[in-house]
Amino acid sequence: MSRAFGIVNSAGNHIWVDGMNEYRPIGAFSFLGRYRVIDFPISNMTNSGIDHIHVYVRRKPRSLVEHLGTGRHYNLNSKRGKLLTLFSEFRSDNDVYNTDIAAYLENLECIENTPYPYVILTPSYMVFSENFSSLLQNHIESGADITLLYHTVDTAKEEFLSCNILNLNKQKGVLSIEHNNGNAKNRNIFMDTYVMKKELFLDLISKARKLSSVYTLSQIINFECAELDVRGVSHHGYFASITDFKSYYHANIDLINFKTAQSLFDKNWPIYTRTNDSCPTQYFETASVKNSVVSNGCLIEGTVENSVIGRGCIIKKGAVVKNSVILPGASIGKNITVENYVIDKNADIRHVEILTAAQDNPGYIRRGDKI
Amino acid sequence: MKQNSMLAMILAGGRGTRLHELTTKVAKPAVSYGGKYRIIDFPLSNCANSGIDTVGVLTQYESILLNSYVAAGRRWGLDAKNSGVYVLPPREKADANLDVYRGTADAISQNIDFIDTFSPEYLLILSGDHIYKMNYAKMLAYHKECNADATIAVIEVPLKEASRFGIMNTDETGRIYEFEEKPEHPKSTLASMGIYIFNWKLLRKMLIADAKDPDSNHDFGKDIIPQLLADDKRLYAYKFKGYWKDVGTIDSLWEANMDLLDAHNELDLNDSSWKIYTEDATTLPHYVGPDAEIQRAFITQGCIINGTVKNSVLFTGARIGDGAKIIDSVIMPDAEVAEGATVTRALVADGVKIGKDAVVGNAGSEHIELVAKNVKGVE
Repeated sequence: MSRAFGIVNSAGNHIWVDGMNEYRPIGAFSFLGRYRVIDFPISNMTNSGIDHIHVYVRRKPRSLVEHLGTGRHYNLNSKRGKLLTLFSEFRSDNDVYNTDIAAYLENLECIENTPYPYVILTPSYMVFSENFSSLLQNHIESGADITLLYHTVDTAKEEFLSCNILNLNKQKGVLSIEHNNGNAKNRNIFMDTYVMKKELFLDLISKARKLSSVYTLSQIINFECAELDVRGVSHHGYFASITDFKSYYHANIDLINFKTAQSLFDKNWPIYTRTNDSCPTQYFETASVKNSVVSNGCLIEGTVENSVIGRGCIIKKGAVVKNSVILPGASIGKNITVENYVIDKNADIRHVEILTAAQDNPGYIRRGDKI
Repeated sequence: MKQNSMLAMILAGGRGTRLHELTTKVAKPAVSYGGKYRIIDFPLSNCANSGIDTVGVLTQYESILLNSYVAAGRRWGLDAKNSGVYVLPPREKADANLDVYRGTADAISQNIDFIDTFSPEYLLILSGDHIYKMNYAKMLAYHKECNADATIAVIEVPLKEASRFGIMNTDETGRIYEFEEKPEHPKSTLASMGIYIFNWKLLRKMLIADAKDPDSNHDFGKDIIPQLLADDKRLYAYKFKGYWKDVGTIDSLWEANMDLLDAHNELDLNDSSWKIYTEDATTLPHYVGPDAEIQRAFITQGCIINGTVKNSVLFTGARIGDGAKIIDSVIMPDAEVAEGATVTRALVADGVKIGKDAVVGNAGSEHIELVAKNVKGVE
């Protein structure tokens, strides 16, 4: 059992994924066919022995709440464990007042009453595997006040533009946290993952509110950087931030490569999800599937290349699906070509013959649309 | 759900000797089928889908895996209040010594005390090793409609195969007047599926009498049903239409898997209104490599396919290496076929490794080759 409880955060005001975000929070996005994005942070927690988890939801909670259920499928102890869904019932979506601090204040009692000395906060919109138990151990041994997790990238000019970055000194002390403005390619992307004592967390919440009504947790920590011992820990392995449409598309497509997938999925670090009890996928005589990830319950008669196919999809005869992400329950009709697209859940493509987008600008079909 | 009036008992003690090495460590009902299932998932899911909330599973042969598997009733949704799956191996009692189940009827006799605690009106007897989808609620409705003492589910079989089965001869109302076990000259083509609904009070009496009879085989087909007929009880045949398979041999297990490859196969595992539930495997979706070729196949999560798969079924976690060829075969959970190997008309058992460039099975063989041991690669 861990000495920490976990908080899985919803995305801040500056994060919005065009199209898909209309229907559900990022945590509930279908990912790599059978997962949801939030399966990664929650599995990281349960694998680390954390069995008291708070999940924050800001809007459109239906699909997320349905997916999380009691949390049993995450291997959470059904008696000792607890998965709480907390709502920040706070005005409209993009209201500047609607910050993570505001959400914690709304649920302050839940945090105060949690009988654990440490807290680990991690986002519901990033995909990575991380052993939080080692991270906590490392934090305690280092004597730091706050430990922040980051991932060093050399693509910060074009990607991670909705993320924050950490400026570190040579001893990995955090000098500041700022928004990635895309003016340098080598950056330490902040993974919005924090480790600290619960007491400090509570202090920061009240301090933030005293200073400014629109402060976020990262802003108050940035403000306190000089006073507190804030350190960065580097993450290794696969990392994707699902913070805009392109990053969602690319994270799925990148993981088609089995080697890449192995840097995210480890036999000893299972990623759990809710089962749908779909039967295996049926390939017919005319099927041709290459370099793809295919979930259960599909009926495949057509051609699929370099794509991710969600649960229960239908790819009809003569259909060609390339470089695309097909979400669960979608259907691609006879002789239809889909290229560089994200097809949202239960969409039914049957009339148009060709749906192609430029490779660097993938297209999107809305949930349940008939095209 | 509120406790209903019918309790189900699944006979799952059989070894399935003709499945050879597949059942040296597990009982036949626990044998894998259809990519992600175990055979016993079918009667259990049928019970859950039919609204039966209490199921006893009678286990005996190599029962460790089967006992723990079925005990997790949550998998089939059989875990609400007043609901559950009870694992019932033979046990020692205050008034009886430990004894093995001597027959299908004896297995029930030894659990009369268990059944009595639920005081059901009807008892449903099922076999743990048949593959089919059936709504037992409909069968119960028929049983009540006929005002029957016992109802036996039957399926129409081809006349030339009828002598392999227990055949029910019925009058025009569906009432059974004669039962013939594997008749040489069958008078009808209605084969017993080994699915019975009994009025519990009556069956209870008969079981107690049967247990005392030293000449009895303590078997439903051989003893209980003939006795009911001799007593002029009301026995009715409930005609079932649809897929039903008793997979007794390697050939028939292979065939039952191959049946799933047809576009409109009768079992239709994809029907979301009657799902078959099973263990939730924590694996990735299946990965298909850049040079893979897959045609007419049934493939489940956790597989990694880099070679060619034709007319085959791959189970959870099967791995097919570069250039390997899987033709007309069944590859069971976590089996591995290394690069360049060829598997034809074979059933590769759980976890078996087939080495590089090895050749297993052959296209012209009369029987399906069971590969239960690792096969060395070609150096």
